[in-house]
Amino acid sequence: MGVMTEGKITDINELKKIAKNVRINILHMLTLAGSGHTGGSLSAVDVAVAIYFSRMKFNPADPSWEERDRFVLSKGHAAPLIYAVMAEAGYFREDAIKTLRKTGSPLQGHPCSAMLPGIEISTGSLGQGLSVANGMALGLRLDGNPARVYCIMGDGEVQEGQVWEAAMTAAHYKIDNICAVVDNNGLQIDGPVEKVMGIEPLRDKWAAFGWHVMDIDGHNMQEIIDALDEAETVKGRPSIIIARTTKGKGVSFFENKVEYHGVAPTREEFDRAVKEILDDRTS
Amino acid sequence: MTELHKTRQDVQDAVPHHPGHVTPRKPKATRDAYGETLLELGKRRPDIVALDADLSGSTKTARFAREFPDRFFNMGVAEQDMIGTAAGLALAGKVPFASTFAVFETGRAWDQIRLAVCYSNTNVKLVATHGGVTVGEDGASHQALEDIALMRALPNMMVIVPADASETASAISAVADHKGPVYVRLGRAKVPYVMPDDYRFTPGKAFVFHIGKDATIIAAGIMVDIAKKAAEILSGEGIDTGVVNMSTIKPLDEETLLRVARTSALIVTAEEHSVIGGLGGSVCEFLSENHPVTVRRIGVRDTFGCSGTPDDLLKRYGMTAGDIVETVKNSG
Repeated sequence: MGVMTEGKITDINELKKIAKNVRINILHMLTLAGSGHTGGSLSAVDVAVAIYFSRMKFNPADPSWEERDRFVLSKGHAAPLIYAVMAEAGYFREDAIKTLRKTGSPLQGHPCSAMLPGIEISTGSLGQGLSVANGMALGLRLDGNPARVYCIMGDGEVQEGQVWEAAMTAAHYKIDNICAVVDNNGLQIDGPVEKVMGIEPLRDKWAAFGWHVMDIDGHNMQEIIDALDEAETVKGRPSIIIARTTKGKGVSFFENKVEYHGVAPTREEFDRAVKEILDDRTS
Repeated sequence: MTELHKTRQDVQDAVPHHPGHVTPRKPKATRDAYGETLLELGKRRPDIVALDADLSGSTKTARFAREFPDRFFNMGVAEQDMIGTAAGLALAGKVPFASTFAVFETGRAWDQIRLAVCYSNTNVKLVATHGGVTVGEDGASHQALEDIALMRALPNMMVIVPADASETASAISAVADHKGPVYVRLGRAKVPYVMPDDYRFTPGKAFVFHIGKDATIIAAGIMVDIAKKAAEILSGEGIDTGVVNMSTIKPLDEETLLRVARTSALIVTAEEHSVIGGLGGSVCEFLSENHPVTVRRIGVRDTFGCSGTPDDLLKRYGMTAGDIVETVKNSG
């Protein structure tokens, strides 16, 4: 796809097409790796694609370009998602995704910034990304740099106390160049989030912490775009999108299956999944 | 006159006393020197920012905060968030100094330091105060005795424990220029000046006061002063005892350590920290693989601290000059 320093994709159908390709690449690399996190990678695809391709300024040829918008994948186990997005964006050749989780590959099981240019910060230990995103946003603001910072968290992840420390910080310092997302797919490793450790009412919690909250269907590309638009108009406080999503989205036999949190597809499942994604006319 | 001569003359002019001289001055806490140096650096370097977790009056970052309110971030009582935010600021091109007490800095936020600072190799400076038992009356919950071990185990991390206020000032300036994660461990109590006036801290370089034939004390932090006192007593009794200030605990000055090990019959390490995993541990690890010699470790022996005056606590945990003297004599 190449340089995205100018001209962002606003056509919904084009974004949907990218999302399909990203889903297929996620499943492809997971199948070849034989392990990894399927469900939570698929649930955040539409949001991540919308952020990268309809919003962000970046330049794969110069990953540390100062004017770039920043993206933090706080839910680091969705590494296949960010790799598929980066391949689509032109950070590396698509066939590099075959090295996922292989010894010495820059495509580590969880994102490593030191090994893969374009990854802003290493993640994988949950709850840390929002703090780092805040720091970036504060640094950009100090320099008068208009770049924005995006951060995707999981819903199980917000059980981490640090998330709420960071939530306070963003509101206290009136960080309005940040847009966070909770990928609210409702499932975590041990079961339904509300059964393991309830986080609702999520909307009220973030609002009480001083955030501008948008509660949307995280698979409806138009709603995502509208929320990202809205976030850019909010001044004096941080914005968060609660994206109501489906774990394993796009593949019927992975959807809402807690057992596919940390399990890769088999070859046979992969073939069936690709067929489903390509046949799907609705998403 | 050649350029070289001129330069030497300049250096001599700049130093009023002979090399090695220590101008007598009133004792000063290393944290005070940090506060002053950070403020000075802040004036020269707009990229320097500071963070604190509600202890800026004690860590002395408050001076920087008053002068540069836009570049200071009080994170409240939230160490994990402080470290993550510092990493983010570093990624935006700033040089963040993040401070709180050593216990909280290293213990409360260890995983954040591991992932967002060391693994991500972000340019974050962790400057912690209130290390060791000389925290005193606040007791064990506030006395970091494991912080050096915790920080030393992390790849990419440099660990520095300055001996006095002047070395602290010099080290903080060096740290600001160094690219990469650094942990600097400072103290609460006032400590005497021990480093020569013409000394300048260099990362990874130990300062040799003297290498003793009979024994050499490898010390860090406040224990350098105590080691010097012990060496004086021992040398007065005909036991040739040296002192090395190993202020950079990681990376260790291996060259100097080898030199000491080849010369001294005995090595004693002295640190205001657990004997597990700190300076004593580092020295033993290196020497046992490279030049095995007898090493005795002075430090807190696998226990927590307690409330008391700093002097009482140093006695209680066997960390006085007298304890070092006894250790050397009993090892002969």
